[in-house]
Amino acid sequence: MAKATITFEDINVTVTVPAGTRVIEVSEKVGSAITYGCREGDCGTCIMKVTDGWNNLSEPSVLEDKVLRENMAGKHNRLACQAQVLGGKISVKPV
Amino acid sequence: MNSVELENAAGIPKAVELSERVHWIGALDSNLRTFDIILKTANGTTYNAYVIRGSEGVAVIDTVKEGFASDFFARFESVADYSEIKVIVLNHLEPDHTGALPELMRRAPQAQLYISQKAQSMLKGLLKQEELRFTPVLTGNSVSLGDRTLQFLHTPYLHWPDTQCTFSPEEQILFSGDVFGCHFCDNRLFNDKVGDFRFSFEYYYSYIMRPFKSYVLSALELIDPLTISTIALAHGPILRDRPQRYIKRYRELSSPALHSELSENQKTLLIFYISSYGNTRKMAEAIYNGAMQVPDVRVSLYDLEGGEVAPFVDLIEEADGLILGTPTINGDAVKPIWDLLSSLAVVNLKTKLGGVFGSYGWTGEGVRMVEDRLRGLKLRVPISGLRVKLIPTDEEILECEAFGLELAKELMGLRGAREINFEDL
Repeated sequence: MAKATITFEDINVTVTVPAGTRVIEVSEKVGSAITYGCREGDCGTCIMKVTDGWNNLSEPSVLEDKVLRENMAGKHNRLACQAQVLGGKISVKPV
Repeated sequence: MNSVELENAAGIPKAVELSERVHWIGALDSNLRTFDIILKTANGTTYNAYVIRGSEGVAVIDTVKEGFASDFFARFESVADYSEIKVIVLNHLEPDHTGALPELMRRAPQAQLYISQKAQSMLKGLLKQEELRFTPVLTGNSVSLGDRTLQFLHTPYLHWPDTQCTFSPEEQILFSGDVFGCHFCDNRLFNDKVGDFRFSFEYYYSYIMRPFKSYVLSALELIDPLTISTIALAHGPILRDRPQRYIKRYRELSSPALHSELSENQKTLLIFYISSYGNTRKMAEAIYNGAMQVPDVRVSLYDLEGGEVAPFVDLIEEADGLILGTPTINGDAVKPIWDLLSSLAVVNLKTKLGGVFGSYGWTGEGVRMVEDRLRGLKLRVPISGLRVKLIPTDEEILECEAFGLELAKELMGLRGAREINFEDL
């Protein structure tokens, strides 16, 4: 299975994950300060900043784009409960 | 004479004047004893709504709970006609302020609805109307009523994501929504006339605003520069006598009560435990000793059996890290731990460090349950909980010390860069 790495900058931890893994599946286990509310792309609690590898994440859905907009998310922000790691290297941190 | 006329001679509710151009058109609910499940109120509450008249139209700011809509509409009709409504502002979408909105919009279809940016999806969830027209606003946006203006302040999470305040500079009135409010019902309406509502003011803050202290302080940064003669809030007495006192009190309540003696580079780590045979206590003491090895971590150790929940909640609110120790009894963590955890909803725990440990007899699932709860409370729990079967051995005591050491290092950012395989998590 294709692998990718995701680095949580706030705790300086890099995890090698199978392609397709959602950020939420990793960040809680390693103790990143990205926090979660509804866990299904509705509340906007888990907005994170993607500092590297934006194109290595799955495209945001129309619904995710709407939630990001309504929560006045900044550039390169994604919902950690929705974004999937597709390959390569990615770095994220809490907003 | 200290009373305020809330009805006309025929007994029909009428508006109450705040100024020549601004009227209260809300409702009194003197029979309410419990609000939103979590709050008691010994004499009820008020649902305050307002109408402001400009040279080019009228604005309605907030409405009332649905069951009180008839009072609201009667009061509105005593000072304006529905055809004059140009603007409807919702500072907060909770049903006690939006209950009369659908009917108001039916009566004034020409009115433009203004809500906060974060209120958009909530409005649809509340009214279930896909075709609803509204304008989302932020700080810096305003709407003109001719010779009166409404300026919007983005003040989210006071106490819902959608909350905002609206300011009329010409009237020097801040329409603050739930901010500065309280559940107190007195038909004299104004803070210089009503009975003693200080307890209600503080009580309301402690349950409604306390979890959002940082947002309160951000809102005060927007509110402080304004010249305010009246705070026209959504519940309780309208603050027209020295409103600055209440703004100052919000700042006090949102700041640490007693500044700790920590220097800037120090952090606090609290360990709470409860123990039936002393095994979880032994673990707690070893974890404490381990954590103490890291410089600049101020560690405290508490036996839950020896204290009340409320002061522990105060401690946790200002701590950087929280470690809980619980035995497992009958397949669960014990009640004093759950009592503490269920009392933490009134404080902000987001991104604090969490950890869990405990001795057990045969199953030990209490530790995992508490870990899940800590994550649910938005703490980060980076190190898997530590469990010991019955009496800790010398080797297990060393494991406890290492657990405390690692958590303290994590707190101080001293664990260094790490590379992990997903399968190992």
